[in-house]
Amino acid sequence: MDKNLGLYICTGCSIGEAIDIEKLGNISKNALKVPVVKSHFALCGKEGVALIKNDIKSEGVNTVIIAACSSRVKYKEFDFPGCIVERVPVRELAVWSQEPEQAQLAAEDYVKMGVIKAQKGDIPEPYITETVKTILVIGGGVAGMTSALQAANAGYQVVLVEKEAQLGGFVNKLYKKVPTAPGEYSAPLIVDTDIDKMVKEVGSNRNIKVFKSAKVEKTDGQPGAYDVTISSNGNSEVVKIGAVVLAAGWRPYDAAKLEHLGYGKSRDVVTNIEFEELARKGKITRPSDGKEAKKVAFIQCAGQRDPNHLPYCSAMCCVTSLKQAQYVRQNPDATAMILYKDIRTPGKLEYYYKAAQDDPGVMLTKGEVTGVSDAGNGNLFVEMENSLFGEKVKVEADLVVLATGVVPATVDDPILNLQYRQGPGLPDLDLFDGFADSNFICFQYETRRTGVYAAGCVRQPMNMAEAQEDAAGAALKAIQAAEHVAKGIAVHPRAWDTTYPDAFMQRCTSCKRCTEECPFGAIDEDEKGTPFYKPGRCRRCATCMGACPERIVSFKDYHVDMIGSMMKNVSVPSEDDQPRIIVLACENDSYPAIDTAAMKHAKFDPAVRFIQLRCLGSTNLVWLADALSRGVDGMLLLGCKYGENYQCHFAKGSELANYRLGKVQETLNRLQLESERVGMIQLAIDEYDKIPTIINDFVARVKEIGPNPFKGF
Amino acid sequence: MSEQNNKQASRILVIGGGFSGLTTAVDAAETGAEVIVVERNPYLGGRVAQLNKYFPKLCPPICGLEINFRRIKTNPSISFYTMAEVDNITGGPGDYSVTVKLNPRYVNDNCVACNACAEACPAERPNEYNFGMDTTKAAYLPFTQAFPQKYVIDSAHCKGDCGKACQTACKYDAIDLGMKAGTITVKVDSVVVATGWNPYDANKLDILGFGKVKNVITNMMMERLASPAGPTAGKLVRPSDGKPVQTVAFVQCAGSRDENHLPFCSYICCLASLKQATYIREQNPESKVRIFYIDIRTPGRYEKFYWKVKDDPNVTLTKGKVASVVQAEGSDDVVVIAEDMMTGDKVKVKVDMVVLATGMEPAGAAKKLSGVDYNENGFALSGTGVFATGCSKNPMDVAKSGQDATGAVMRAIQTGQRR
Ligand SMILES: Cc1cc2nc3c(=O)[nH]c(=O)nc-3n(C[C@H](O)[C@H](O)[C@H](O)COP(=O)(O)OP(=O)(O)OC[C@H]3O[C@@H](n4cnc5c(N)ncnc54)[C@H](O)[C@@H]3O)c2cc1C
Ligand code: SF4
Repeated sequence: MDKNLGLYICTGCSIGEAIDIEKLGNISKNALKVPVVKSHFALCGKEGVALIKNDIKSEGVNTVIIAACSSRVKYKEFDFPGCIVERVPVRELAVWSQEPEQAQLAAEDYVKMGVIKAQKGDIPEPYITETVKTILVIGGGVAGMTSALQAANAGYQVVLVEKEAQLGGFVNKLYKKVPTAPGEYSAPLIVDTDIDKMVKEVGSNRNIKVFKSAKVEKTDGQPGAYDVTISSNGNSEVVKIGAVVLAAGWRPYDAAKLEHLGYGKSRDVVTNIEFEELARKGKITRPSDGKEAKKVAFIQCAGQRDPNHLPYCSAMCCVTSLKQAQYVRQNPDATAMILYKDIRTPGKLEYYYKAAQDDPGVMLTKGEVTGVSDAGNGNLFVEMENSLFGEKVKVEADLVVLATGVVPATVDDPILNLQYRQGPGLPDLDLFDGFADSNFICFQYETRRTGVYAAGCVRQPMNMAEAQEDAAGAALKAIQAAEHVAKGIAVHPRAWDTTYPDAFMQRCTSCKRCTEECPFGAIDEDEKGTPFYKPGRCRRCATCMGACPERIVSFKDYHVDMIGSMMKNVSVPSEDDQPRIIVLACENDSYPAIDTAAMKHAKFDPAVRFIQLRCLGSTNLVWLADALSRGVDGMLLLGCKYGENYQCHFAKGSELANYRLGKVQETLNRLQLESERVGMIQLAIDEYDKIPTIINDFVARVKEIGPNPFKGF
Repeated sequence: MSEQNNKQASRILVIGGGFSGLTTAVDAAETGAEVIVVERNPYLGGRVAQLNKYFPKLCPPICGLEINFRRIKTNPSISFYTMAEVDNITGGPGDYSVTVKLNPRYVNDNCVACNACAEACPAERPNEYNFGMDTTKAAYLPFTQAFPQKYVIDSAHCKGDCGKACQTACKYDAIDLGMKAGTITVKVDSVVVATGWNPYDANKLDILGFGKVKNVITNMMMERLASPAGPTAGKLVRPSDGKPVQTVAFVQCAGSRDENHLPFCSYICCLASLKQATYIREQNPESKVRIFYIDIRTPGRYEKFYWKVKDDPNVTLTKGKVASVVQAEGSDDVVVIAEDMMTGDKVKVKVDMVVLATGMEPAGAAKKLSGVDYNENGFALSGTGVFATGCSKNPMDVAKSGQDATGAVMRAIQTGQRR
């Protein structure tokens, strides 16, 4: 687009008092060749906005640079559809956070950077290809069927793949279920699962195509255009898919590993799943002699909450045992004893606990079960320590039920069989004990594979009612992803972004750094080893742009040359005692923190100039090398926490930036510069009060090293 | 899929702009719906905006809020009203008519958040955002990172005898002391109730001393005390004399799981106390924490967080119900008397401060919306066309609130339109 620039300088919020507006305007006009330069006392007010709108209409201004406040405020006022809009936070970065004598130079630097950014940027055009919106649901248990029905009822085509010969999953094995209706848990405490009704509903829904005894052999392609190979009964078929719900469920923990609890030693020690099967037969009888069980002991946390077995709580087994105690109590002469570490019935499930506990035939005792032994009379002893009954006690039972826990299907099977260079399954599963879970508290469906959303027990241990809620959510996310790729818009977290990475492949050396580093596996390689993009998988973090040593990756409104040119226009004072430090800050967390500090009128050392990045992962080392060889005295990177509890919205961005900094040493050596001139600090969004100190410390460190010898070159 | 594309955008009203409501709004709009959010507070974010850190990652809540706010700012399909309350819901699925009362903020969109009004204002008000532990001016910004970044004037505390100091101080014509309440009516296809929760009133917990015994606080007050933006800038000092806390006792199920108070479990208070134990332990290596509980409820992978805290030798967990909390004789210390259920012994501990792990009472307990069904404890129930989500329907953590809200969107967008 032919750009027609207009620079609008606000003089309100003390900007007019701190800055020589005329001088600033003249620099822009003369040095930066901005044809239209205007100022107004309250640019964000009706009059100010009208002034800009009028210029857009009658002067043909289509690239609007607003030198006023941060883009985090007044976003509605400064929204000019069809125009490139660049916000220069003069108020925050040059006026409120600088001493008056420093404000002018800072404002000039920031305005220069803003103008260059606007000059170098373009209006994004979405990347649109042919897509489908069909939802693939893997797993035909209660979660998978719920996802399928929800998506189908919303008008989407669904393909449901079930490994077994019939739908229903584990619920097929259940005798009864806990009532799942609004969760009020009044009597009866056990009701029919009604799984058949759901299976029928799925079968008769014309939007759902079911594959039974089936498996996903291959998931090739990208969201909106996956080619999924489904094999079923010896046939295989390729289906076009838009997005995926992974609802592959769970299996019980292998009770053979629970020998200390008598499993495998006595036939009268059964798992809670086996107990369902016993209950389905009508009368509950002991496997060993067929005698009716009258004293049933339930051992909670049979493997769960145990570092030697499952390091997590399975969340559903307390309620399951309370439910199964009801099975026992269908015979009024029988009693149930639940031996627990903690009874976990969070939220409204407490109503269920209360109701189930009200029965004198159901007893609950806290203690640590240490073993199960033969009582000699055909019965068993459950041995406990630290129990409410005393230090060491034995409880006699004629049947022992082990409340075994949940093992997610993804623990040892990639299931999706993704044809991605980075591997067939979801990455990071080890962080979640094998569950296909999210690392983000606030964004539960996020995985590092765009367009794939997990639901039910493969995501987290949960009960049936919860799995159904979860399944509805995952279905929505899948629909959302399919809709977004169809329009060429990114999904979480940049759900507004219509740019995409555009690589100038002629200059690619096939070094493969991008394919390795992309947190979302968006870049594969062809037969010759040349990388190529699957834009539908891309989240637009620009990690590839940072990784590429040839600097060939760019987005319409964000590229290496843009940021590099901005940095080149930052003033470098010639005085030795006035260092210049450029701070690259992640726009998601660090920058809002800087903005907040400035809102509070915290003062930053005048040495610093801030530049916002999409994510620190987009940091290209060439920026550092160029800036330092121009005489900039130091470079500081501010980004999200990384490591096990990473906070980076793009999972790996800040970690990769840090990794690259480790390699910058070489470049600095070549320039004969000290590596301490470059640093990275992890900063959370609420740590705004620490920023002045962080900056002062870094400035002091750079001052100690001394001025950059390239100054003035 | 062509029928999908021809369909008109589904219109959804979200009542409550807390974590659940925001997730509902963002997920619905990003799936093509038109969304209106109605929030009673002058800011969005709900209760999580008052939390210091999230368990188990110990990351700041504002991080997730910020990205959701950015999505709201960039999505023309979402509009929101703060200081707004739903008056009445009529109609049915596909054709609801909802009247919303807009309370006056006395500050208009011209506000640039320059703080001049607050500087000029002579009147003070108790800061409910910090549970009354400090004050703000009657012209105030709810908190530093509040969204929207717009000041408010608290008419209940504005004295009006200052000659309109704020109005004079404002250079941008942003103050309008004559602003009146208004009403709007919106037409939507479905309604999502995300009105969240309120801390259970600790004054009702007679034996636990709140309001009578010095240095007995609630867990929400603890969140504010620990927050760098809180009344003590994050220093954990006790309210009565500002002494840095060395020993702290937590009383779990303070009101929850109790037929006389809240008969349900509030889900998050075990985890919240474990989390708050880390606040204390991190700030003072010598500090000691004692937690009195009935059951420790850390479902799923939260178990590991429990282990991490439990493994700290300065944290002691005691299964036992607290019988009373009283002032220590001759000091501002607090004495907790409890029964250790495992040994049967009576325990008596003297500490600097006691934190009551008070529960989450659903918003429906205090106020029921006409047109929405509730259970006897005030939990909102879903129907066709009206969907409850988050803590308004069941106590849950943020992770579940978000997940649940996304599920609510799935149901809401299916609500047929009768336009
Ligand atoms: C001490 C403590 C610590 C916690 N710590 C954590 C933690 O570390 N991690 C975690 O995951 N969870 C934590 N929680 C739980 C967390 O606060 C909730 O999960 C979360 O607030 C639920 O969000 P919500 O949107 O459902 O409700 P809310 O946050 O209550 O939001 C509801 C919103 O609706 C508004 N509203 C109410 N009624 C109306 C009405 N009639 N009209 C318009 N608007 C209305 C309210 O003003 C509010 O903004 C903690 C809770 C406590 C008590
Ligand atoms: S979460 Fe813990 S403290 Fe809170 S009500 Fe439930 S059991 Fe009690």
